[in-house]
Amino acid sequence: MTPVMPSDFDPRNAEPEDFTSPGLPKDVANTSGRLPLGDPEQIPDPANVDVPTDLREEIQTVVDKYPDRDHKGSPKSAAIPVLWVIQRRYGWCTPEGIVQAATVMQVTPAYLESVASFYDLLRTSPQGDHQVLVCTNIACWMRGGDELLDAFCEKTGADREAAGHGGGLSADGKVLVSGFECLGACDLAPMASVNERYFGPLENADASTIVDQLEAGEEVLPEKSLDRRGLAGGVAESSDPRVVDGKGPNR
Amino acid sequence: MSDANGRHSSIEETRVLLRHAEDPKMATLEGYRSYGGYKVLEKALKEIDPEWIVNELEESGLRGRGGAGFSMGKKVSFLPRTEDAKYLCCNADESEPGAFKDRELMQRNPHQLIEGMIISSFAAGIGHAFIFIRGEYDDQADILDRAVDEAYEAGYLGRNILGSGFDLEMVVHRGAGAYICGEETALLDALEGKRGNPRLKPPFPAVQGLYGGPTLINNVETLSNVSHIVANGADWFKSFGTEQSPGTKVVSVSGCVKRPGNYEVELGVSLRDLIYGLAGGPLDGREITAFYPGGSSSPVLTPAEMDLPYSFEAMAEAGSMLGSGSIIVADDSVSIPRMALRTAKFYRHESCGKCTPCREGTNWTEKMLQRVCAGEATPMDLDIISSVQDNIMGHCLCVLGDAMAMPVSSMVHKFRDEFEATIAEEAAKAWASPGRDVQDGEDPGPGGESPELIRRERLAGREVTTGGGS
Ligand SMILES: Cc1cc2nc3c(=O)[nH]c(=O)nc-3n(C[C@H](O)[C@H](O)[C@H](O)COP(=O)(O)O)c2cc1C
Ligand code: SF4
Ligand code: FES
Repeated sequence: MTPVMPSDFDPRNAEPEDFTSPGLPKDVANTSGRLPLGDPEQIPDPANVDVPTDLREEIQTVVDKYPDRDHKGSPKSAAIPVLWVIQRRYGWCTPEGIVQAATVMQVTPAYLESVASFYDLLRTSPQGDHQVLVCTNIACWMRGGDELLDAFCEKTGADREAAGHGGGLSADGKVLVSGFECLGACDLAPMASVNERYFGPLENADASTIVDQLEAGEEVLPEKSLDRRGLAGGVAESSDPRVVDGKGPNR
Repeated sequence: MSDANGRHSSIEETRVLLRHAEDPKMATLEGYRSYGGYKVLEKALKEIDPEWIVNELEESGLRGRGGAGFSMGKKVSFLPRTEDAKYLCCNADESEPGAFKDRELMQRNPHQLIEGMIISSFAAGIGHAFIFIRGEYDDQADILDRAVDEAYEAGYLGRNILGSGFDLEMVVHRGAGAYICGEETALLDALEGKRGNPRLKPPFPAVQGLYGGPTLINNVETLSNVSHIVANGADWFKSFGTEQSPGTKVVSVSGCVKRPGNYEVELGVSLRDLIYGLAGGPLDGREITAFYPGGSSSPVLTPAEMDLPYSFEAMAEAGSMLGSGSIIVADDSVSIPRMALRTAKFYRHESCGKCTPCREGTNWTEKMLQRVCAGEATPMDLDIISSVQDNIMGHCLCVLGDAMAMPVSSMVHKFRDEFEATIAEEAAKAWASPGRDVQDGEDPGPGGESPELIRRERLAGREVTTGGGS
């Protein structure tokens, strides 16, 4: 997903366009791609970086939740949740967003970048308006997860090879399709996470329906959503006399 | 017996943790309290000695539900009884393929977990608690956030809880997609805002964990049991399950079964009752060939072991493990070599890369299994795969490397014939496929055995008859 740079690429004399892969949409945060803003190894000076007030407050609230807020040096526990804040705001962890977060947290942008690049869900390149993660791990694979991923790629025009290796964008750049490791919903196999909500078991034809619904701004397959699902064993009243409500000797 | 849906099962679930879980109210403070929730916390803070709680937890024999099965009470008792800042981390990373029980417990009954965490913190003198939840569980993280807010408002969290003088802060921390963060020390690094790399042990987290302070780390299900044990006593808890595996267990059953899902049973019920009884057995016309009894990192078992009791000790005796309590069932439509490849691919992707045997071993194992599945390997390569696994096991910083080596070597060992057959079949297919480069003087086939196939067969020490069909 990250644009592949030739080895002689020098970001200092590159034009902003050089940083975006062909076919990728312009970022919503009006970014100039991976162009480092200032020195990534220096803690940014708040006087030089423009951070919107509401964003500053949001980041500060997150930082204040952690006990290391009073530690000497810079508190870092909030790194992942702050990167989530940036991603929710700008669609992905944009370089500008990372510099803004680094300014409020008083850590280096390089540090936040290193954290963001470690985690699969934090994206350091554009990820479209909708994200579809298709599980292809053991249980889903047994029940047709690979074919489901094929169906999503076919419908959106995302590159199958890219989708299997971190994610590929649809032809119009709006939908990210990505094969994923076990999402913790093997009971729904084969399943997908669509904009962070779980759906399954899915048939290949559902891929097309889901993408149409996303594009039309409709609710996605309500009848296959995890939160509508009951317990697998149904309503089971236990006849075991040991299981009682609130009647234990210490209650 | 059979229920209204025509389901047949010889056993009933024993729902303690999932009791009333089908009631959507249970996810709210009001609903939880209407079933007696938070009563034992109120009582504990006023009348119960923390030492008694630690003792009772130890006495109950509750074993960790996250994988290793270590005694929860012992872990609590390892924390120093000093005034230092101590921490509790609830491990809700649940990323092991096959596991989805914590998701159900958090979604349906978040307060049971929170109450368990408050009581555990009170018992161990902990002032800060975290729930580290995997980033993909967005819905469940929202549910927990709401539940924690409700608990703060009701005065169960914060300063001077219920007038007892006990203070506790609780934070729901969303991860961002990395299996390795489920490993307890990597989880600590992720909580400190770093890349999630495991740390060298010792020192163990109970001595030096989060921010260098003593830290208790337990799984969601382990902590969800705490309020029940404190309410009803260790003897009550021990009345469920087996001697070495007391209590109930929420078991995730998935793969090729009719009714995949979470089922809560007493530990020690038979695998057959779980897989055939509750989960409905194999799909019509199919036969079970193998299953992982404790998530993707457990060595696979075969139908011959179906009548074993599902307990920590019986699984260990059978050469596998109960792990997180997740059963993935494969039937005769599933290619075991390809299942091994999927398994290896997962661990290769999730290896943090810190130690050589794991980083290189997972990579090579995946590549060699790819060759097996493409018919490019020789049966001798299977021995090499096995020896690579032996060189990974026990040689890494954390057990992620072992988590791949154990199931892969069990599959190669127990299903060697199938691996060899796959190699032969795929090689024959490649041989018969049009577009193959035919070397000078080579029999173009199909019909005759390819020289490569003959070479492989000879290597495997088998008689080769040439001139027959492919
Ligand atoms: C690679 C790896 C991944 C793990 N993932 C999890 C996990 O997702 N959830 C969990 O509870 N324990 C996981 N564990 C086990 C933890 O390290 C730790 O043993 C456990 O959280 C302790 O809690 P318990 O004693 O209540 O089981 C994992 C271990 C390893 C080595
Ligand atoms: S065993 Fe693997 S995952 Fe664990 S620390 Fe070593 S390289 Fe990292
Ligand atoms: S294997 Fe797909 S959710 Fe677990």
